[in-house]
Amino acid sequence: MGRIVLEKVTKKFEHVEVIQPLDLTIEEGEFVVFVGPSGCGKSTLLRLIAGLEDVSSGDIYIDDQNATDLPPAQRRLAMVFQSYALYPHMSVRKNIAFPLKMAKLDQAEIDRRVAAAAEVLSLTDYLDRRPGQLSGGQRQRVAIGRAIVREPSAFLFDEPLSNLDAALRVGMRLEISELHARLKTTMIYVTHDQVEAMTMADKIVVLQGGVIEQVGSPLELYRNPRNRFVAGFIGSPKMNFIEGPEAAKYDAHCIGIRPEHIGVSETKGEWKGSISVSEHLGSDTFFHVHDTGLAETITVRAGGEVAFKHGDTVYLSPRPEMIHKFDAEGLRL
Amino acid sequence: MARAVSFNRKTFNTVLAWSIGLLIFFPILWTILTSFKTEGQAIADPPLFLMFDWTLENYAIVQERSDYLRFLTNSVIIAGGSTLLGIFVAVPAAWSMAFVPSKRTKDILLWMLSTKMLPAVGVLYPIYLIFIELGLLDTKIGLVVVLMLINLPIIVWMLYTYFKEIPSEILEAARMDGASLRSEILYVLTPMAIPGIASTILLNFILAWNEAFWTLNLTAAQAAPLTAFIASYSSPEGLFYAKLSAASTMAIAPILILGWFSQKQLVRGLTFGAVK
Repeated sequence: MGRIVLEKVTKKFEHVEVIQPLDLTIEEGEFVVFVGPSGCGKSTLLRLIAGLEDVSSGDIYIDDQNATDLPPAQRRLAMVFQSYALYPHMSVRKNIAFPLKMAKLDQAEIDRRVAAAAEVLSLTDYLDRRPGQLSGGQRQRVAIGRAIVREPSAFLFDEPLSNLDAALRVGMRLEISELHARLKTTMIYVTHDQVEAMTMADKIVVLQGGVIEQVGSPLELYRNPRNRFVAGFIGSPKMNFIEGPEAAKYDAHCIGIRPEHIGVSETKGEWKGSISVSEHLGSDTFFHVHDTGLAETITVRAGGEVAFKHGDTVYLSPRPEMIHKFDAEGLRL
Repeated sequence: MARAVSFNRKTFNTVLAWSIGLLIFFPILWTILTSFKTEGQAIADPPLFLMFDWTLENYAIVQERSDYLRFLTNSVIIAGGSTLLGIFVAVPAAWSMAFVPSKRTKDILLWMLSTKMLPAVGVLYPIYLIFIELGLLDTKIGLVVVLMLINLPIIVWMLYTYFKEIPSEILEAARMDGASLRSEILYVLTPMAIPGIASTILLNFILAWNEAFWTLNLTAAQAAPLTAFIASYSSPEGLFYAKLSAASTMAIAPILILGWFSQKQLVRGLTFGAVK
C-alpha cells in the first residue's frame, strides 16, 4: 500500500503553468522529499497528490487506482500542514480522534488508537488540553498524531518543521525519520531545506520552475548532479562554480568543485588567493577565499584546527576526480 | 515611551465622551422619565426633569387598553424567526463565498449590499400586492420572510467576514481527515465560527426587533409586533405623551436589556476583523 504514480500531470493557475507535464513514481514505503527554492511548485505538487487542488491535465494513481477525480477524503492520505492546522476548539484527544470519528469507527477502537498514538508521541499527559495551550513542538506532534491514527496509505508533509526553532527542528526531524522506519509507510515530504532533504530522504525530487530537475537518492544527487542547478542546490556550503580559461582546461564551459573537495595550504597549491572571512564551527572551518582570479569567492571546508585569518595568502588544491564539468546550458558533461 | 497625557486633557476627554454619550441617550432617558409622569406633567413648560410625582398609572392604563404580551410575543416570533431563517440561508452562502470564491464573488457581495441602498418604500407596492395575492398580509410568517430578506445582506456580510478569518488550512485538514462537506461545516467550521454567528444573531435580532417600516405597513391586528404597539399610541385624535412614552418604554425594554447583557459580544461582533 502506498504506491503513488503521477502521469503527465500539469497544473495551471489562470494562464501560468506552475507544474509542467511531469511523470513521477513513488514506490511503496519510500521516504520521498520534494525540494526546491520557493515558488518551484513543490507544495502545489503535494496538494495535487492530496487532492486539495485539481490537476489541469494528467492522471494520479494511488495504489494502482486512478485517484485523479477522487476528493481528498477518499484518497486515504494523511497530511501534516506547515501551520499544523489543528482544530482550535477541540482537545488534543478530539483532534487526534477526528479522522477516526469521520471513518465512523466505534468508540472503544477510537480510544485504543488515540491512546496508542499519544503514547508513541509522548502526548499522553496533554490529551485534555486545547492546541492553544501547547508549545510549537507539541502542536506538531498532535498534527502527526492526527495523521498516524488512521493508518493512511501515505503521509504528506508540507514544510512541517519550518515554524519550529532550530534545536526543535533537528529533534523532530529525527522523530519523523524514526516514525518512518517503524511504520514503513510511504511519506512525501516538502521542504526548501536541502539539509532536511539529504538527511531524511530515500529519494529526493529536485524541482525548479515547475519542472523536475533530477530524481535520485541523496548521495546520487550529491555525487552525480545532472546539471548546475542541482549541483548548486544540494550540498552545504554550496558548490563553487568556475567559468572561463580554468574551465576550458577541463574542456568544459563551467566546472564545479565542492568546498570539502579543496585542500588548503600556506605554501603550495594550484590556485592562489587571500582569505576574506573564516567561519569557525569547531568541527569544521569554512574559508571564503577572494582574489583567486577564478570566481568572486571560493569556499573551502577545512578541519576545525586549521587557522587562517583575514588577509592571509593561501594556496588551494582541488581534488581532480571530484571536479564536475558542465556545458554552456548547465548540463553535466 | 507612552505619550504623556496631561490631567487637563484627560478630564476634557472624559467630559466630552460623557456629554456625547448622554446626548445620544437623552431621548431614551426622556421617554423613560416621561412614562412616569401624569399627562399634565408630561407637557409642562418649563419641562420637569426629576421633580415630579412619579406614577405607574400610564403603565396600568396601557396594559389595560392593549394586550402588551400579544405584541411582545409577535415581536419575539418575528425577530427570532427572521434571524434564524436568515442564518440558515446565510451560512452556506457565506461559506461558499469565503472558501470557494469565484471571480464574481466580490461583485455578488457588493450587489447584495447595494440592495440595502434602495429605499424600502420603492418596493412597498409590489411587495404589498404579492402579500395580498399570497394571503400573507398581517401574518407572522409573511413578516418573518420579509425581514429575513431585508437583513440577509447584512447577515451574509457579517458571516463572510467571520469565515474569512478562519484559516483555510484547517478546513483542508478536515477534508484530508475524511470529513464530508456536511461534517466539515458541522464539526469544524460552525464551532469555530460560533462567536461570530452569535454576534450576527444578536445584531440581526435587534435590527428585526426595531424594524418599523415593513412591520407597520404589512400588519393590522393579528401579526402586529411592538412597533405597531407604539404606533397605536401616537394617534392623531390626541397627544398622550405619557402613555406613548410608557408604551415605548415597554417596547424597547426587552431589547435594551438584551443589548446590555450582550454588549461585549456585540462590540466584538462589530469590530471583528478590524483589530488583529
